[in-house]
Amino acid sequence: MVERRATLGILAHVVMILGMLIVAFPLYLAFVASTHASQEIVQAPMPMLPGSHFWENYSAALTGHGGGAGSNAPVGRMMWVSLVTALVITVGKIAVSLLSAFALVYFRFPFRSLFFWAIFVTLMLPVEVRILPTYKVVSDLGMLNSYAGLTIPLIASATATFLFRQFFLTVPEELVEAARIDGAGPMRFFWDVLLPLSKTSIAALFVIQFIYGWNQYLWPLLATTSEDMYPVVVGIKRMIAGGDSGNEWNIVMATAIMAMLPPAVVVIFMQRWFVKGLVDTEK
Amino acid sequence: MASISIRDVIKRYGHGPKANQVIHGVNAEITDGEFVVIVGPSGCGKSTLLRMVAGLEEISDGQIAIAGRVVNDIEPSERDIAMVFQNYALYPHMSVFENMAYGLKIAKVPIDEIKQRVDKAAKILELGTFLQRKPRELSGGQRQRVAMGRAIVRQPQVFLFDEPLSNLDAKLRAQTRLEIQKLHNELGVTSLFVTHDQVEAMTLAQRMIVMNAGRMEQIGTPEEVYHRPATTFVAGFIGSPPMNLITGHVDGPRFSVDGQSFMLPSSAPRNGELILGLRPEHVELVPSDGSWSLKVEALEMLGAERLIYGRLGGALFTVRLDATLPPPKIGETVSLAASPDHLHWFDAATRQRVA
Repeated sequence: MVERRATLGILAHVVMILGMLIVAFPLYLAFVASTHASQEIVQAPMPMLPGSHFWENYSAALTGHGGGAGSNAPVGRMMWVSLVTALVITVGKIAVSLLSAFALVYFRFPFRSLFFWAIFVTLMLPVEVRILPTYKVVSDLGMLNSYAGLTIPLIASATATFLFRQFFLTVPEELVEAARIDGAGPMRFFWDVLLPLSKTSIAALFVIQFIYGWNQYLWPLLATTSEDMYPVVVGIKRMIAGGDSGNEWNIVMATAIMAMLPPAVVVIFMQRWFVKGLVDTEK
Repeated sequence: MASISIRDVIKRYGHGPKANQVIHGVNAEITDGEFVVIVGPSGCGKSTLLRMVAGLEEISDGQIAIAGRVVNDIEPSERDIAMVFQNYALYPHMSVFENMAYGLKIAKVPIDEIKQRVDKAAKILELGTFLQRKPRELSGGQRQRVAMGRAIVRQPQVFLFDEPLSNLDAKLRAQTRLEIQKLHNELGVTSLFVTHDQVEAMTLAQRMIVMNAGRMEQIGTPEEVYHRPATTFVAGFIGSPPMNLITGHVDGPRFSVDGQSFMLPSSAPRNGELILGLRPEHVELVPSDGSWSLKVEALEMLGAERLIYGRLGGALFTVRLDATLPPPKIGETVSLAASPDHLHWFDAATRQRVA
């Protein structure tokens, strides 16, 4: 069904280029805005070409010398908080869900299917639904304004558990039996056989969960009150003061651009693995 | 090397009155160094029996002993066995070398010895050039050899084979069969081999166990099983095309089936309701004498021989004819003579061999 016709090819490219422009234009504007002085951007026709204040703005944002009406917390610190949070959430989620899927698939214990369904049901409850009780628990445990408070409530993941469970179910039973005859205990089997086989799924989940962790907004907004524990996504919001106050939009935009970079880097570097993880499974 | 004794072994799934019993008390003594094949149709419990010897299935009742040690409660890895699976069960992410070495690595065998053992096994199986490849880069036959290599390096007391040839094509299967035979001659390890293929069973077995519906029908050498089948099931299962089985009534030299009467070439062990078993190769076409007449319904040319399908007194009957002889025509009625030394008699009720 693949036809090679010049007009079709041109049309396809036009559509793709248009689509790309629509997606990329706001990003470009953000970048342009982040390279000008704050007065230049607020003038009526906004400049469309990058200005000369790139280094100034970015270093001001990173070190927290913006001087705007909103928060002036250093973005360097926020990026660090975001990175730690996203990594802990990602690694924690993968570790916990690998182990729980392993237990669900390979061990027979009382109420096994009840546990599976309990996990499955939580899939239907987004963070927002249980956010108040979670907040109460975390605050009673004194975990507000800490990495523990930012990450632990987000680590349990029904989706990842479910994904690994489905993957483990496709691993042939004989492999388990061969390992038993070879004398591999359950954890040895998990470590030597199951984990290497799950490599691509783990990579795919890493990408998805890293972005999920990095982009957390609502929960950190509640769980942190001190500036030095803001993740960058929350930090951007705090930089923008309400009303007519003079916001340093150039600094805000520089922060936004920096906040976008790590997820983009993760996607670019892990793209090959990510696609592989979604498409094929090595069995 | 070791003997295996299987005593009154029962397997049931589930508990209490709802339990589903699939193996009903199997007994077998396998001597040191013997090659025993368990054969039977699918669902007869042959794999389950093997897996109980391996320790992959629990033994519900009875005992299994390897080298005199009861292994009912011993983990598979400590039974000193190695198993070759139908779908090879190689670890896909490990190289051939790692696959073969994995068991030894877990057993903490020194690395030099692992290398030496793997090299030796690879040499026997001609896998030397593949040691660094991954299983997915190998053909089915090569994978099968790696699976056997993995079994050999462990130097077990017992080899267990669970239909290892059924995923191979016909040519490779015959070749691998010979290799397994050669391997057994060289290593002399007690082996238990499960298959549904009677040719495999006949060619590999020193003794074979024929199973049906969770029961052992017969245990014996391939010759015994072929020449003196213990039950009508064995008679019908071993041999291709299967033995003709005709239920009828014996009265002295006469055997009547559906009102038609035939003269027996040799006397039956007793009068009454009996089943006559007659292999297709033990019947010949003879010039008409009217006693055993067969109406030809279909013909099959197999190369060296020809199969003639027809009806003898209402019962389906197959005759094997040398392909060099002129075949009868379909619809024609031919006369048969049964070899007097090759009549098998079974009790019509118990389906057990009579004399």
